[in-house]
Amino acid sequence: MGKLISMEGNQAAAEAMRQINPDVVAAYPITPQTEVVQTFAQFVADGRVDTEFITVESEHSAMSACVGAAAAGTRVMTATSANGMALMWEILYIAASTRLPIVMALVNRALSANINIHCDHSDSMGARDAGWIQLYCENSQEVYDTLIQAVRIAEHPQVRLPVMVCYDGFIISHAVECLKLLEDKEVQEFVGEFKPVNSLLDIAHPHTFGPLDLYDFYFEHKRQQIEAYGPAKQVIVEIGKQFSALSGREYGLFEGYRLQDARLAIVLLGSAAGTAKEAVDRLRADGLPIGLLKLRAFRPFPSEELIQLLGGFEAVAVLDRAVSFGATAGPLFTEISSALFRADRRPLLVNYIYGLGGRDIDIEDIQKVGEELERTAERGKTEQLVDYVSVRE
Amino acid sequence: MRQVLLAADTPVVVANATGCLEVATTIFPYTAWRCPFIHCAFENAASTLSGVETAYRALKKKGKISQDIRFIAFGGDGGTYDIGLQALSGACERGHRMLYVCYDNQAYMNTGIQRSSATPLGAATTTCPAGKLLPGKSQNRKDLTEIMAAHHIPYVAQTSPGRWNDLVSKTQTALRTEGPSFMNVLSPCPRGWRFPPNETIKIAQLAVDTCLWPLYEVVEGKWRLTYRPKQKLPVEEWLKTQGRFAHLFKGDNQQVIEQLQAEVDRRWEELLEKSS
Repeated sequence: MGKLISMEGNQAAAEAMRQINPDVVAAYPITPQTEVVQTFAQFVADGRVDTEFITVESEHSAMSACVGAAAAGTRVMTATSANGMALMWEILYIAASTRLPIVMALVNRALSANINIHCDHSDSMGARDAGWIQLYCENSQEVYDTLIQAVRIAEHPQVRLPVMVCYDGFIISHAVECLKLLEDKEVQEFVGEFKPVNSLLDIAHPHTFGPLDLYDFYFEHKRQQIEAYGPAKQVIVEIGKQFSALSGREYGLFEGYRLQDARLAIVLLGSAAGTAKEAVDRLRADGLPIGLLKLRAFRPFPSEELIQLLGGFEAVAVLDRAVSFGATAGPLFTEISSALFRADRRPLLVNYIYGLGGRDIDIEDIQKVGEELERTAERGKTEQLVDYVSVRE
Repeated sequence: MRQVLLAADTPVVVANATGCLEVATTIFPYTAWRCPFIHCAFENAASTLSGVETAYRALKKKGKISQDIRFIAFGGDGGTYDIGLQALSGACERGHRMLYVCYDNQAYMNTGIQRSSATPLGAATTTCPAGKLLPGKSQNRKDLTEIMAAHHIPYVAQTSPGRWNDLVSKTQTALRTEGPSFMNVLSPCPRGWRFPPNETIKIAQLAVDTCLWPLYEVVEGKWRLTYRPKQKLPVEEWLKTQGRFAHLFKGDNQQVIEQLQAEVDRRWEELLEKSS
């Protein structure tokens, strides 16, 4: 078993990349992801990885080079944030639709305008329909662990989809935390050797990647792509179990915290889960029957599991760190309410938008959400569907 | 394209920008390509191929591949002069060993003849049509070959299918080059230039003989003319073969021809100086 070490989230991501030792990394710096790229560049310069590092001139080229390198049968990783991923947008879809198992660390940051370098989930939420698997992390340990698992998930023969490992800019990326690292050998054995299905470098068996695909076949190809998400859910659980056996740390599609005897629940993604756990403890101490559901997999979205878990709750507050302008509510809320529509006993639902552009959310904020949720349950109806946490009106 | 590929004596992997070549050769479930081929998007043939080439080096270093493979990107002028210029510039600066071939037909032909920065002065396209007020495109074309030479990559060439031996020998030189190489190939488009297809080669040659499209190469920074017309023809000889310039021969538009001639003369003199 590895050692306990303190490091920043971005260093944890770079450390995971070093131990995975991918064939190719193509990346471009952007705050708050930059440290991942420069730490990894130092590993390359010091000969601590075998990776060929492509210092591209933009994120669009980063993802394009990842597509080329993955289609050529190599294990490929990259990292970006916010506007960087927005520039990749077109190629995100191509990576997923060409079924290339690229792993990307996405350090969540608010999209412009106005320009803001701090955390929210507008970048990854905007890309939720691009065809990537999206896994969200609560802390540096999860970033490290999830990147290692992501390689196996992406490359699984029944999945073959790119994976985005999302973690909160600054809050995780620049915070020093203690985490347990695995030995290099353990990581190498866990990820194993990449076995590409088709390769551009297989001269004896030439393949055409990215053909013109019109109304006679495109739809069937999309249908197949949708099908890949079915096994993806099971594979995330299975790889999580294998990783637990190696590390002793549990991973699945989500994490429930004090949910078992709860009648009220808070649902959210990312680093706010740590704050929410403390808030739940305090609310519990006050006698409130509340728990937390920290969602890890947003794509594929675990609808069936959430119906099982949350159906029958009295009231659920969904906290969104992103907005979908003009929509009924935030993107996470919309997914949750859509899933729970099919529950036999539907909980009352409320949505809170929080933390845009790095606005802090503290324990008391979440306590208030819990207290308000109890009042909603007592009233038996949702009075205000969408509310905003600590914003000046 | 076929001439370029015929010149290769090692296996090649091809990347293609979105355009008529890709659209015409890869309609699923068919493909015209007997070598490995990738089309990713419009503006990123160079960056996509830089990933493929890097993967090749990564696998070669690890002993997982032993074969020698060369890498060729094809892009039209839209995908190269305009939307793909940044990706091409980046890939060349990074020094990937690959040949980028721009097949330059001087407009966005695949979407139906819209102007690009490769469209010559006075040409009519659907986004710079000849009208009552404007006589076609009002700007000169960008000189991409010189831009690529300014990258100081080992090999840059301009060539034309009108002189197929020039095209083939330049391709061979490019593929032998250890580093990035770039070839700009004038590719007359019957539909967009409005001429009968059987005049393609003649028109390609006229572009060379009018010095609108000089044939030259820049090897390790040394400029060399690879063909010098016996007699430099007036640009009119080329313009009059194509419907897209027909309006220049009417009304007051003669002055556009004069402007174009002056620009061609100026660039030709500059090239002679660099090549001397």
